[in-house]
Amino acid sequence: MLIGAIISGLMFGLYFTLVGLGLNLVFGVMRIVNLAHGDFLMLGSFAAYWLFTLFGLHPLLAAVAVLVVFVAVGLPIYYGVVPRLLVARDSEMLSIILFFGLSQVIEALAAIAFGTSERSIPGRVLGSGPVSFLGQRLPSAWVFGAAVSAVAVACVYLYLYRTRLGTLTRAVMVSREEALATGIDVHRVSAIAFGIGIALAGIAGVFAPFMLGSVTPAMGADINVAAFAVIVVGTLGNPLGTVIGGIVYGIGLMLMQTYLSSWANLLPNLLLIAVLLFRPEGLFGRAVRRA
Amino acid sequence: MRDARSVSGLRRVFGDLLLAGVVVAVMAVAPSVYSNQLLLFNFVMFLTLSQGLNVIYGFTGYLPFGYVGFFGAGAYGFALAVMHLHAPPLAAMAVGAAAALVLAVILTPLFRLSGAYFAIANLAAAQAVYEIVSNPALEDITKGPYGVSLSGVFAPETSYAVSVAILAGTLLLVVWLRNSRFGLSLRAIKEDPISAAMAGVAVVRGRTIAWLCSALIAGLVGGAFAWQISVFYPETAFSAQFSIFAVVFTLFGGAATLTGPLLGVFILYGIYNTIGITVPQYFQLIYGTLIVALVLFLPNGLVSLLTKRGIRVP
Repeated sequence: MLIGAIISGLMFGLYFTLVGLGLNLVFGVMRIVNLAHGDFLMLGSFAAYWLFTLFGLHPLLAAVAVLVVFVAVGLPIYYGVVPRLLVARDSEMLSIILFFGLSQVIEALAAIAFGTSERSIPGRVLGSGPVSFLGQRLPSAWVFGAAVSAVAVACVYLYLYRTRLGTLTRAVMVSREEALATGIDVHRVSAIAFGIGIALAGIAGVFAPFMLGSVTPAMGADINVAAFAVIVVGTLGNPLGTVIGGIVYGIGLMLMQTYLSSWANLLPNLLLIAVLLFRPEGLFGRAVRRA
Repeated sequence: MRDARSVSGLRRVFGDLLLAGVVVAVMAVAPSVYSNQLLLFNFVMFLTLSQGLNVIYGFTGYLPFGYVGFFGAGAYGFALAVMHLHAPPLAAMAVGAAAALVLAVILTPLFRLSGAYFAIANLAAAQAVYEIVSNPALEDITKGPYGVSLSGVFAPETSYAVSVAILAGTLLLVVWLRNSRFGLSLRAIKEDPISAAMAGVAVVRGRTIAWLCSALIAGLVGGAFAWQISVFYPETAFSAQFSIFAVVFTLFGGAATLTGPLLGVFILYGIYNTIGITVPQYFQLIYGTLIVALVLFLPNGLVSLLTKRGIRVP
């Protein structure tokens, strides 16, 4: 039972890494808190649901479509609100309030358009029968979701460390002012990072019906807390630390569900508060305290 | 010079008190004119909650996104005292207020976090309290997710009167904060905590007092809410809607003023009750858009339209 919990925890850890990664990228580059992150994830879920229901499109293809569309949508959102925010006196605080408003708008529009009933995609779409792994039988949809998450995280790594734009992105993360002074087009780099950030949420959303169960327009708020727990555990503003945060969170969640199932819902909240209070730099971070 | 200043100071205090008195008087006589008492109670509740949030957000800049945690603690403190101790309602309200204060004391370390982190941690804390209260494992104590029924103490007129009294106390507190040395020191901390500390302002003490006052107000309102409706579920008492509305109403009117949150409640909650009940999504859409527009174009709320022109608003 313990090994089963740890293995499924690793699977979910990879998935939760994907859930938090976009939020952390946006925070790292822009120092703003995208409280609508969970709602972009919800939109990804509904995109996958409708593409599957109407056209029988495989979630993997839906993920590609979501990636393209979300990056394209992210750019105008960035230019519409973020530059105005960044000149404000307390941009972090204002960003929370503004993106909270945006999350309400998205949730309301989704509820008006799709209704509030729960939607799901049958798990057999991602392969039939359980997969055996180290003597554990796991639903193949979980393995698929975890594999896609791992690929997406690897792609973000390659983008940040192997491309020119990625190098510029990391420069902006280290210091916005110095990047500006070196002649980097900070707004262009940030806008692309914002687009990628919400696209990652969208891709996580595509697989949410398989990993988290049925989806509703109101799911965003819970996702936000989980995503925050993941990125705070794995050091804010450091996208790759998110992997550690995701895995700690995934294994913690599975252990709670195995041994203390009635209290499992408390985990993200308590983890978040405890880490913020006792190790605000994250479990493995060594950066100075920003919180 | 000194006299002139104190005369204009007195005039300002008088203006603030007049506004507070008019609002309390209107809400006190309203039930004899208008029959939907539950709706009036909701108005009083949101007027008080918005001002309670104003105490901590307007005067210290810390935004408690999980403000409903104190409200829910007050409601459940009231319910537990009635169910298990068979306490009379007023004593049960004291228990609810104490529960909110205890929660606030437990959460005081969150002030080590700066703005955005404080807001998120506070939200997580409110959800954690909800998860504990609604947990089926605690059914013997809190009735878990199945809700509580306090029909034995149901007294809508009395609980309405008590809620108006809480509103009066809260408005007085805000008037005092706006016109006292202590309130001024809080705003100094909000502007620049380091300079304030160097000027001899007790930063930690000031914030903590404002925090406890704010939590106490929410706890008292929560107790009055439990008393007024007498049958409720954990997801009612801990509904994120309470925090959201209090934040939106305060922002809309303008924080750190007496008028702002009042305007926010009367205008927005008034609109909500004419259009919102049938299709809540439309109201959610409207206030979501409002928040975005406010942050971008009017971050200091409606009253800033006047204060920017040098007109003093109570």
